[in-house]
Amino acid sequence: MQSTAHDFKDNVGTALADPNLQDSLAKLKVGFSERRRQAAERLPEFEALRDRARDIKNHALANLDFYLEEFERKVIALGGHVHWAPTADDARRIIGDLCKSVGARTVAKSKSMVAEEIALNEHLEALGIAPIETDLGEYIIQLRHEPPSHIIAPAVHLTKDQVADTFFEHHAPLGFTKRLTERNDLVAEARHVLRQKFLDADVGLTGANFLVAETGSSMLVTNEGNADLSNTLPKMHIVLASIEKVIPTLEDAAVLLRVLARSATGQESSAYTTLNTGPKREGDLDGPSAYHVVLLDNGRSSVLGTKMQDMLRCIRCGACMNHCPVYGAIGGHAYGWVYPGPIGAVLTPQLIGVEEAGDLPNASTFCGRCESVCPVRIPLPSLMRHWREREFERHLTPRAVRQGLALWSWLARRPRLYRWTTQIANRLLSTFGRAEGRYRSLPLAGGWTRFRDFPAPPAGGTFHAQWARHGGARVRP
Amino acid sequence: MSAADRPSPPRRVALFVTCLVDLFRPAVGFAAVKLLEDAGCTVEIPPLQVCCGQPAYNSGDRASTRAIAAQVIDAFEGFEAVVAPSGSCGGMLAHHYPGLFDDDPAMKARAENLARRSYELMSFLVDVLGVDKVTARYDGIATYHDSCSGLRELGVKEQPRRLLRSVQGLRLKEMQTPEVCCGFGGTFCVKYPEISNAMVGEKSADIAATEADTLLAGDLGCLMNMAGKLQREGKRVRVRHVAEVLADMGGQAAIGEPEAKR
Repeated sequence: MQSTAHDFKDNVGTALADPNLQDSLAKLKVGFSERRRQAAERLPEFEALRDRARDIKNHALANLDFYLEEFERKVIALGGHVHWAPTADDARRIIGDLCKSVGARTVAKSKSMVAEEIALNEHLEALGIAPIETDLGEYIIQLRHEPPSHIIAPAVHLTKDQVADTFFEHHAPLGFTKRLTERNDLVAEARHVLRQKFLDADVGLTGANFLVAETGSSMLVTNEGNADLSNTLPKMHIVLASIEKVIPTLEDAAVLLRVLARSATGQESSAYTTLNTGPKREGDLDGPSAYHVVLLDNGRSSVLGTKMQDMLRCIRCGACMNHCPVYGAIGGHAYGWVYPGPIGAVLTPQLIGVEEAGDLPNASTFCGRCESVCPVRIPLPSLMRHWREREFERHLTPRAVRQGLALWSWLARRPRLYRWTTQIANRLLSTFGRAEGRYRSLPLAGGWTRFRDFPAPPAGGTFHAQWARHGGARVRP
Repeated sequence: MSAADRPSPPRRVALFVTCLVDLFRPAVGFAAVKLLEDAGCTVEIPPLQVCCGQPAYNSGDRASTRAIAAQVIDAFEGFEAVVAPSGSCGGMLAHHYPGLFDDDPAMKARAENLARRSYELMSFLVDVLGVDKVTARYDGIATYHDSCSGLRELGVKEQPRRLLRSVQGLRLKEMQTPEVCCGFGGTFCVKYPEISNAMVGEKSADIAATEADTLLAGDLGCLMNMAGKLQREGKRVRVRHVAEVLADMGGQAAIGEPEAKR
């Protein structure tokens, strides 16, 4: 997908002015966080499980080569194939070749953020192969030619009315000529349209929530069951997953599943949890005859062993964005690429470059709500700060910010001069603001006074001046 | 646990005034001094203190942050406790300083030592000194905003509310989402003013919905941001730092309001 992360500030303006988006975000902010809170409260060991989940992922990352090779051995022993894709381009080529090898005309896709990351749909279309999104949200945005705005709820930026319009427009030629308005009717219509597409698909492509090294299984959770149709009906099943998805054992998967659904949607468990372990075996009634796993690196391995490694623990639950007040204000599209919210602010600069995505780790108040809900305890604010340090080192920070900062820190390191300067500032601000108690506009503070008044300090001088005047004794002004 | 159960709590306390309180709201500093003295502490104000360094730290300027942190570590050497009327600055000292000196074991040890002695004011009063009530009066309905760093880095949540319950005439009324960020975020609010405005706009609506006449919090940055928005929208809510009310200094002009003519 073409990034617009460098246009972040423009994207923000567009997002804030979009009433449909703001309606949708208002619901998201309350709904997801409240359901997660209740789910966490119902499980006394939830906090301890978060620790275990963190430890499992840390262990897997510390031994990533071992577990990936173990996973590969198991898949091959089961009769499947593993393909290593160092770059997005490699992954696209591998998948395109696999589809061509069976003469595929359509590919039934279950939701996959990694497929978004490598812009798979565009590639397949260029090869004359039609990708069909089977997750309801992905299906909706595919019809609208939009990217996902959330990693687990790709169409969360849309209102029900917008979905009704989209279905009416695209389904009418298929004979569905009534504009539906009820949620259940819309879902039923989409199911009807999608069912035939499942049956027609030559290849099924799914992502993976976890790759289990001990069994060679790929594990997938959905609430719609679409992944199960994608991977059982077509003759070829391709699993596309990034390398950090591998975990040692099924036991580990059980721990991660317990925190995943609760963190994501507040469910105790997603409706469907599917393990795919190799192709169809003798005597199996259904399943794909060919089973391929494409393992994507795309820059992830370069993070291993660095301070940024923690970002690879992410299990893509979406809790960080559900709880982020910045995401809640601007939605996912403003971030300009595949992964929005706090995890996007950390991953995107790694995957497409900090020059392109430098705004993302800066657009945070460091309120820390993301870290407080992350099921694998990724220190998201610290990682964002780390990007800011990289930007500062490489002189990517805007010049005005750098100069202001340089002046301020020069002053802050000279306490006596600082004291003198603040006394003057205090006197000016209190004198000219005395009548109103505040300023409606203030030179050099336009960013502040455009939207809010600026409080003036009361008369009497700075705290330190008053303290010194009274000889350090306690005073009550 | 009450104060009596503890092995002699710190009595010689340094106040970290913070740069915003120094410049914009000295009353908060005096309120902090009074609260600490009423709890039996001797309060000193080391004269060479300036800022904790967060503007540089959060802008990625690690070298300046280290230089400023070293200065703060020097300024507060030897005090049993360092108390800030701010969760943000308190959190900087208590959680972030040691990590700045990973390559300098001697400074790291000093930073860790300071970190162990650093507290946010409400948490110090209640958790360390065992204060559970104050002598103060404030007539009104107040709502309390949990500032992010205090809440999530230092666990400040119940302490201010417990003390506020002992203030005569005061009734507390909670917002729907007191724990959601107000959109201040230091330099964030001027670097991304539109996002910040959306966040503080929502906060302002949440505050107004409580029908409280007073907004309290423990961090001046957040308070100035919320006061500025409430006033721009013409909402008549008085905004004060919680320490002012607890120190019985709630009679003076609120943040952003003109002082009474003398």
